[in-house]
Amino acid sequence: MVRYFTRLRVRRIYKWGGRPYIFDRKLKSYGFEYLNMSVEGQEAVTTVTPGQYILIEGNDDEYPFVAKLLKFFGDESHKQKKALVQWFLRLSEVPQNKKLLLGRSPHPQEIFYYLGRACDNEINAESILGTVQHVPEDTPFPEPGTKDTLYVKLSWDTKAFNVLDPVLMQDTPASTPPKPALPLFPPCASPTATPVSRGPVRRALPTPDPTVMRRAGSVSDTRATMSAGKRSTLEAESIHSASKLSASKILSAKRRGSAADTPGVRKKLQLSPGKKMTRADVLCELLDEEMESEKVISLKLSSSVSHSLQHGCSLSPMRSVCKTPNGQRRFPWKLSSISLDRLSPTGYTLSILDSGTTGIDRVITLQIECLDSYAFLSSQRATTPSRRKESAMAIREPALGVLAEEDSEDSPMQPIALTPRSKRKSAQLVSLRIRKQLNLLDNTQKLFSDGDDDCFVPSMKALQSSTDEEKSEEETVVRKTRGRNGKTSARTPCKTPSKKVCMVTPSTPRHATPSIPSRTVPARQPGNILDEARARLHVSSVPESLPCREQEFQDIYNFVESKVMDGTGGCMYISGVPGTGKTATIHEVIRCLQHASDMDEIPTFRFIEINGMKMTDPHQAYVQILQKLTDQKVTADHAAALLEKRFSNPAPKKETTVLLVDELDLLWTRKQNVMYNLFDWPTRRHARLVVLTIANTMDLPERIMINRVASRLGLTRMSFQPYSFKQLQQIITSRLNKVKAFEEDALQLVSRKVAALSGDARRCLDICRRATEICEHSASHPSSTGLVRMSHVMEALDEMFSSSYITAIGCASLQEQLFLRAVIAEFRRLGLEEATFQQVFVQHRALSRVEGLQPISVSEGLAVCQRLGACRLLLLEASRLDMLQRVRLNVSQDDVLYALKAVRD
Amino acid sequence: MCTLSRQRKGSIHELVQMILRERFCHQRLPEKPVGMESQHKHLLELLRRTAVHGESNSVLIVGPRGSGKTMLLNCVLRELLEVKDVNKNVLPVHLNGLLQTDDRIALKEITRQLNLENVVGDKVFVSVKESSSRPVLFILDEFDLFAHHKNQTLLYNLLDVSQSAQAPVAVIGLTCRLDVLELLEKRVKSRFSHRQIHLLSSLSFIQYLDNVRSQLSLPQDFPDTKFYDEWNDSIKTLCEDQSVVDVLQRHYNSSKDFRSLHLLLMLALSRVSASKPAIKPTDLLEASRVCMVDSKANILHGLSILELCLIIAMKHLNDIYEGEPFNFQMVHNEFKKFLQRKSHSIHNFDKPVVMKAFEHLQQLELIKSMDSSTAKIQKEYQLMKLLLDHSQIMEALQKYPQCPTDVKQWAMSAFG
Repeated sequence: MVRYFTRLRVRRIYKWGGRPYIFDRKLKSYGFEYLNMSVEGQEAVTTVTPGQYILIEGNDDEYPFVAKLLKFFGDESHKQKKALVQWFLRLSEVPQNKKLLLGRSPHPQEIFYYLGRACDNEINAESILGTVQHVPEDTPFPEPGTKDTLYVKLSWDTKAFNVLDPVLMQDTPASTPPKPALPLFPPCASPTATPVSRGPVRRALPTPDPTVMRRAGSVSDTRATMSAGKRSTLEAESIHSASKLSASKILSAKRRGSAADTPGVRKKLQLSPGKKMTRADVLCELLDEEMESEKVISLKLSSSVSHSLQHGCSLSPMRSVCKTPNGQRRFPWKLSSISLDRLSPTGYTLSILDSGTTGIDRVITLQIECLDSYAFLSSQRATTPSRRKESAMAIREPALGVLAEEDSEDSPMQPIALTPRSKRKSAQLVSLRIRKQLNLLDNTQKLFSDGDDDCFVPSMKALQSSTDEEKSEEETVVRKTRGRNGKTSARTPCKTPSKKVCMVTPSTPRHATPSIPSRTVPARQPGNILDEARARLHVSSVPESLPCREQEFQDIYNFVESKVMDGTGGCMYISGVPGTGKTATIHEVIRCLQHASDMDEIPTFRFIEINGMKMTDPHQAYVQILQKLTDQKVTADHAAALLEKRFSNPAPKKETTVLLVDELDLLWTRKQNVMYNLFDWPTRRHARLVVLTIANTMDLPERIMINRVASRLGLTRMSFQPYSFKQLQQIITSRLNKVKAFEEDALQLVSRKVAALSGDARRCLDICRRATEICEHSASHPSSTGLVRMSHVMEALDEMFSSSYITAIGCASLQEQLFLRAVIAEFRRLGLEEATFQQVFVQHRALSRVEGLQPISVSEGLAVCQRLGACRLLLLEASRLDMLQRVRLNVSQDDVLYALKAVRD
Repeated sequence: MCTLSRQRKGSIHELVQMILRERFCHQRLPEKPVGMESQHKHLLELLRRTAVHGESNSVLIVGPRGSGKTMLLNCVLRELLEVKDVNKNVLPVHLNGLLQTDDRIALKEITRQLNLENVVGDKVFVSVKESSSRPVLFILDEFDLFAHHKNQTLLYNLLDVSQSAQAPVAVIGLTCRLDVLELLEKRVKSRFSHRQIHLLSSLSFIQYLDNVRSQLSLPQDFPDTKFYDEWNDSIKTLCEDQSVVDVLQRHYNSSKDFRSLHLLLMLALSRVSASKPAIKPTDLLEASRVCMVDSKANILHGLSILELCLIIAMKHLNDIYEGEPFNFQMVHNEFKKFLQRKSHSIHNFDKPVVMKAFEHLQQLELIKSMDSSTAKIQKEYQLMKLLLDHSQIMEALQKYPQCPTDVKQWAMSAFG
C-alpha cells in the first residue's frame, strides 16, 4: 500500500512535549511522552499522547485516516517527528469487491482493525490532524454527539474480515486486557472518553461534551446509557449464564464444585467463545475452601447491594475503613458496576467497570485477611467480566500480585503482603526491591511509599493519555482516583501467573528451600584503587555496557524483537568459543527488551533460561522449562506432554516466550527428541516461542543433529568470533571505567597475549586481576607507582600460562630424575616412545652405577615410577601389571633433557 | 626410689613418643608451613578476600604427593578462622574425589555439609544464588577425579557460580596432576580462573637435614627441662653422625617428600623405650633397612625349594626366549631336565604337585597370566610371564636359608 502523504492545508505547529524519556540506543532515537500541536493563529494547544486514537491527514478530507498512536519518537536532532501507529480502516478504504465479504450492512461509524502488513506503520508525526477529543472543531466528523464514536469489531487482513482477535489489541501498550472475548458492537455511543477506554474491543472516540467526565462517574447516567445497549443473543446468553454462575457460586460455598454444581451454567458458558472454560478452570483451581464464609458474606453483601441498588448505605461499615477521600466516590462506582453487570452488561463504560471492580476488590480486601482469599477474589473479579463479555475492559488474569499489593496498601500490617509492586519495573529494580524487602523488614513503611510511587508512574501515564482535558482543581481529585484504578488496569497486563508466583511471594522460596545462611558480617567494600579495579575486573561484575558486541547485540535484538512484535516464533543458533560473551550478550538483549516492554514499546514476553550443563539428564530440560513456565514440578515425560499441549494450543496468555538454551550440545540424546521438540515447538502456530540456543561449535547442527532436527533449527545462525586484542583492551578499559590502575602498555600486553591464545575475555580479566594482586604485593617497593606495570602482568601471565613440567622435573628427587633419564635412554635404545618398566629399570640401574649411586631395589624403583606417574610426567599403565607396565613420557624428550641439564649446571 | 624414677622415665619416653608421633602422623599441623611462604601468603590472601570482601575465586593447588598441599590449606584455613570476623562467616565444604565418586554423591555431601539436607539435586545451585549469603569454601581434594565425572557438571556449576554474581564461593582444588587443566572441558576451563599454586619443593639436602633435626627435637614447652636438653643434644649428635647422614642422603635422593621421611623416623622412634631413652644411629639404619627392603625378594625367601626351582626354570626360559611368555608345560620340561641332568638332592615330583606349586606362584603374583580368557585354554598351556627381575632372584637365592648348592649352581649357569 502507499505511504500516507501529508498535505498541509491549515498550518499546524508541532512540538514535542516532555523530556525525551528513552534513549533507544538501537535506533538512535528518542522517545517522547506527548506531542503538542497548535493551529496557527489559534490559542488552543492540543496534546497527543500514545494510546490515543488519532486522525491522520489523508487524501480524503472528510474521512481522514484513523489510527491508534503507539509511540512517538524522534531523531537526535529533534528535526524529524515520527510516530508509530496501528492503522484502522474505514469501510470506504476497503476495496469495493471485498466489501461484500462483510455480509451485512456496515455501521457508518464502523472501522476495522488493519491486520495487513503492507502499510507502513511509521508516520510523520506532523501529519497528525489531531485527536478527536481535543479539537472537535477540527475533526472532520460532521455529526456531533453520539456519531462521533467509531467502533471496531472486525479486523481486515486484506483478504477477509475476521473477528478481531483480542490478542491483536494486546500489543497496544499499557492497559490492554489480556483476555477480551468477542469485541462488542454497541450501536449507540457510550459516553466514555475515559482513560481506560483503550480497551481493545470497543474504541470510543469521545464527544466534546464536557459532561462526559461527570457522567463517567455517575451511576445513573451510565446506566441509562447502558440500558440502550443492544447485544447479540449469544452474548446475552453468556452474560446471563455468567451472572447465574456468580449467583450460584454465592449460594454454594463450594468453589471447586461450583462448575459441577451448575452444569447448565457451564454448558451455556461454552457458548461464549474465547477462553471461558479455562477461566473457569483457573477459577476453580484458585478457589480455596477455608475462606468461604467471609467471602460469601462479602459477596452477598455486594450482590445484595447491587440488587437493591442502594448506594453505599449497606456498605457503610466497610467504607469507614477507606481512608482515601475518594473512598466514597469509589463506592458508588462499585455498586454501579455490579448493578450494571446485571442489567445491561454491554453498555456501560470501561472506566466505571474498572473503578467498580477495584472498588469491590477493596471492599472485600478489607474483610478478608488471607492471601488465598485474594486469589479467589481476583479470579472472581477477573473471570466475571469475561463471562459477562466485558472483555473490552477486562482486567487481566487473576492477578495475585495486584491483589497482594492492594492488600498491602490497605492493611500494611500483613507481612505476607509485602510484595513487589509492579512487574513493570525492570528486572533489576524488582530484584533490588525484593532484596530490600527481605533485608529491611523493619523498613516496611518507607517501602510502602516507594511502592506506591512506583505504581503511580504507569498509572499517571495512562491517565495522561485520556484525561488531558481535565484541568480544574476539582477534577484533579477524580483524576487521582482514576489514577488508582488506572493503575490496576495499566499494571495488570504485565502480570503473568507464574512470574507472579515467584514475585509475589519472594519470601516463600526462602522458607521452602533452605538456603545458605546469610553472612553475619557484611562484606567489606574495596579499600584502595587496586581493590576497586579488582572488583570491577571480576567476571561476575555486570558491566554497564557490552562493548565490542554491538553488531551481535543488534542482530539478536532485532531477531527477538521482531518475533515478539509479530507474535511468531523462531529459532536462532549462536556459536562461539567460551568466553566470547554469548550468554552475556543475550542477557543484555533480554534486559533491553524487558526495558522496552516495560516502556510499552513491545508486548510483554517471558524469558526462560535453561542450561544443558546444569541438568543431570537432557530430559530434565522439559521439567525445568515447565517449572519456570508454570511453576509445576512433574516428571520429565509428563512435562514433555504438558509442554507439547501448551505449545500446540493457543496459550492462555498471548505472550511470547523467549527460551534461552545454553550449552545446547549437552541436550543431545540418541534419538535427539529433546532437541527436536525444542526446535519444533516454535514452528507451531500458537506457540509464540522464540528459542535461542548457544553452543561452542559452529557446525554443531551439521555434526550431531539428524536432518529433521537441523532443518527445524533453521539457518538463523550467528557466530561470535574470539575477541581481538583491541576488543579485549576495550573491554578492560570499559570495565575499569576510569579507575586508573593499569599502565597502557600493560593492558595491551595482556590483551595481545590472550587474543593470541584464546580470545577468551574471562582469561583476560583473570590475568588482570592476578596482576593487581602481584602489584599489591610488590607495592612495598618505593619505586612502584601503584599502577600495574608490565612486569606485574608478565608475572601473572607466566603464572597462568607457563607449563610447570620443567619446574617439576627440576624439583624432583635425584632418583626420579635418574629414572626419567633412564626412560629416555631406553626409548633411544628401542627407537620407540614406549618401554616396559622392566626395561627402563635395567637402564636405571646402569645409570645409577655410572652416577656412583647405590642401586635401588625394584620396589623402590616402582615407587619412583609411580610418583612420576602421579604427577603425569610419565604415563603409566595400570599398576597391577607391576614390572610389565608400559611407560611413556608425557613431556617431550627435549623438555626433559633441558630441565635435567638446567639442574646439573 | 628406683622404680619411681623408672616410672618417671617411662612416662617421659611415652610423652616423647606421643609428641613426635603426633608430628609424624600428621595429626597436628605444624606451626608454620616450611618452605612455602609465598604460596601460603597467596592462598591466605585469596581466601581472606573471599571471606571478607565476598569475592568469588577459584584456585588449584598442584604438587606431587606428600608435598604438603593439604597441610598448606589446613594451615591457611586455621589462620583464616582465627580472624574473628571470618570465623562465623565462612562455610567450608570438604569434598574428596575418592569419596564423592559422582556428582550425585557430591551434591548430597555438599548439602549435608551446608546443612541443607532437605534440598534435592540441582536446587543447591539455585539456593547458592543469593548473593548475600555467607561465603562458601569448596575444597575439592583429588580435584582431577572430579574432572572425570559425567560432563563435569559439578565443576561447571561450581566454577560458574564463582564467575557470576551469585553467592561468594571459593573453589579450591587439590591435585597432584600437573596436567590437570587439560582434563577440564573447554567450557569448564574457561570458567576456571587459571590460578595455580604449585608446591614443588626445591629443598636442598642441608635444609632436609635441618628439617630432620627440628622434626625430632622436642618442643620448648616440654615439662622436663633436663630430659629436654638431653634429648635435643642426642638428636644433634645423631644428625651429625656420618652413617645417619648417608642414610638420610639415600632417602633424600629417593624422595624429598616428608611422608617417607616421617615413616623412617617413626620406625626409629618406635625403638625408643625406657631403657633406651634416645635414638641411636643403629636405630635409624635398621629403620632405613626396613624401609628400603624389596618386597618381592622377601616373598621369595618364603617359597619352598620346588617353587624356587620353578622360578629358576622360568628365569632360564626368559633367558632363552628373550622374555617371551611361557606356559606350565615348558616350565615343567625345564624342571625335569634339571632333575635328570644335574640334581642330586631333589627328588622327582609328580606333575600335579608341580602344578600346585605353579598355581601357588600365580597366586603370589610372582607370575602373571597373559591371556585374558583363561577358561578356554587348559591350565598347562596358559601363557605366563615372570614378574621378577633377575637381580631379585639372585638376591633371594643368596639369602635363602639352606639352599642346595646344585640349585644355586643351576640358577647361576647360563641356559639351564
